[in-house]
Amino acid sequence: MDKIVVENLKYKYPLTDKLVLNDISFKIEKGQFIGIIGQNGAGKSTLCQAITGLVPLFFKGAYGGRVIVDGIEVAKSNISDIALKVGMVFQNPFTQITGSKLTVYEEVAFGLENIGLDREEMKNRIDEALNLLGIYKFKDRNPFDLSGGQMQRLAIAGIIAMRPDVIILDEPTSQLDPQGSEEVFKAVWDLKKCGITIIMVEHKMEKIAEYSDKVLLMHDGKVIDFDTPEKIFSRDDLMKYGVIEPAYTRICKAFDIKDNGLYPVTLDRACEMVVKYNEHNRS
Amino acid sequence: MSIIEVKNLHFFYNKDEEILKGIDLIFDEKSTAIIGQNGAGKTTFVKLLKGLLKPTSGDIIIYGKNTKENTVANLARTIGLVFQNPNDQIFKNNVLSEVMFGALNIGMDEKDAKESSLNALRMVGLEGKINDNPYDLTLSERKLISIASIVAMNTKIIILDEPTIAQDYISKEKIKDIIFNLKSQGKLVITITHDMDFVAETFERTLVFCEGKVLLDGKTNEVFMQDEELKKAHLEPPYAAQLCRKMNSDKIYITVEEFVKANKR
Ligand SMILES: Nc1ncnc2c1ncn2[C@@H]1O[C@H](COP(=O)(O)OP(=O)(O)OP(=O)(O)O)[C@@H](O)[C@H]1O
Ligand SMILES: Nc1ncnc2c1ncn2[C@@H]1O[C@H](COP(=O)(O)OP(=O)(O)OP(=O)(O)O)[C@@H](O)[C@H]1O
Ligand SMILES: [Mg+2]
Ligand SMILES: [Mg+2]
Repeated sequence: MDKIVVENLKYKYPLTDKLVLNDISFKIEKGQFIGIIGQNGAGKSTLCQAITGLVPLFFKGAYGGRVIVDGIEVAKSNISDIALKVGMVFQNPFTQITGSKLTVYEEVAFGLENIGLDREEMKNRIDEALNLLGIYKFKDRNPFDLSGGQMQRLAIAGIIAMRPDVIILDEPTSQLDPQGSEEVFKAVWDLKKCGITIIMVEHKMEKIAEYSDKVLLMHDGKVIDFDTPEKIFSRDDLMKYGVIEPAYTRICKAFDIKDNGLYPVTLDRACEMVVKYNEHNRS
Repeated sequence: MSIIEVKNLHFFYNKDEEILKGIDLIFDEKSTAIIGQNGAGKTTFVKLLKGLLKPTSGDIIIYGKNTKENTVANLARTIGLVFQNPNDQIFKNNVLSEVMFGALNIGMDEKDAKESSLNALRMVGLEGKINDNPYDLTLSERKLISIASIVAMNTKIIILDEPTIAQDYISKEKIKDIIFNLKSQGKLVITITHDMDFVAETFERTLVFCEGKVLLDGKTNEVFMQDEELKKAHLEPPYAAQLCRKMNSDKIYITVEEFVKANKR
């Protein structure tokens, strides 16, 4: 079943005359992991906000077309109802922190208080999310006394604890150390396996290639392509859209090493194919 | 000559948790990356260099000046810092005045400040947005503005705390060019980042911070050979090096470019 349907979506921010989203249509099935890529200003964050309903319910402006989540048209619903279904980790963790809570623990509790859980369940979820993101030991600290990466971990924990059906992550690992970033991708992958639909905006193409079922390539408010990572990263015009292939794919492209007509996009596949290529050349 | 000398530096925010646990370092003109796990103390360290925080014990000497004995304003002529969070730095309502602010503040006259700021905005590719309100811009643009503000001040030392956050491929290349450019003007550039490929492609020297100490310090390609130490600091080698390891090759290349060049026949 389609979890999210976007039909002919168009949008301009108030007092501007550029179509930041320009006739966008695509469908996402339940439990898919969708990567969104594209250069700065392509419209990725705006599209995410349109799926949460912040566009057009909070950000006004000219809006056309429809976004439907679970059969409900978001523009005709309200932000708090959609928030129960769709959770979003914002691009800038500094803006996600409420600023009204004294501790890291209360910060995660804040979202949960609004969904009427009993105390026991709430505590379990908070502990689990803080542990998953490796920040349990900071639970009594003021969120603003965390390092940048710790704050980003907190923003992710807050959304995971809510357990929405759809989780949107807008560059969630930009400030995480490499191992932390890998852990977040793995954690999100586990959520996907439990049937949660994932939408992730990322500039780390190696990770997008490894984890996405499909990749949405955006440019200038339009969808250029929506396909498997292998197909997307085998395109020869990515430069035009300000996007670069994963390092592994760049290497394979340099030697024209293909796998069933497409370039490998992951470490494992690239390794296998490059080794084969070297053996072939040696003999 | 050493530009910055750090001697037995210790620092804590609260007595019960020491953040920096004895750091001794000398910075010369080599462009330097600082990498390490979240919470290792990287941002704290550069705030100390800038004089925004003062050592609990130990000393930091910048061109012969001890940060303990000099005000932030005094040090600001020598050392510029781009904050990790651009919102901590941006407060004017017009891009050009935002970028000019720091330059004017350290005593540049109006004309020079303007010229220097326009030049810096050109370097980051935002010359078309000089009249915009920074608050209407995206995170990546705000980050570039905060970089331009510091570049415009023309200090001898420039520190970038995670400059590549939210940047696409093209902007990362721009930031790389800016770093090469500053280096060729003889400036010391120190950069904190979690982007290992960016480090491999850009910096001569790399420092690995781990739990308040310097775990590794050396030429970038040598640091990236130390898989075990890197793991301890929650890091990974660059992608090309990961491929070399996985292929069991005896040569480890740290950039895609080197890998391709070495394997082409
Ligand atoms: N609040 C706003 N008011 C007016 N214009 C905006 C606003 N937010 C974003 N824009 C503009 O809309 C366009 C798309 O921005 P968006 O943030 O969606 O891009 P993005 O693909 O997420 O970029 P990035 O990779 O930099 O995060 C950009 O041209 C941006 O300047
Ligand atoms: N104002 C503060 N009060 C108390 N502790 C703090 C404060 N600021 C930072 N810390 C703690 O000091 C440690 C080092 O923080 P710092 O910001 O220097 O880390 P970092 O290496 O820059 O990490 P990141 O990669 O996440 O940015 C962290 O554990 C952090 O929680
Ligand atoms: Mg964005
Ligand atoms: Mg930091």
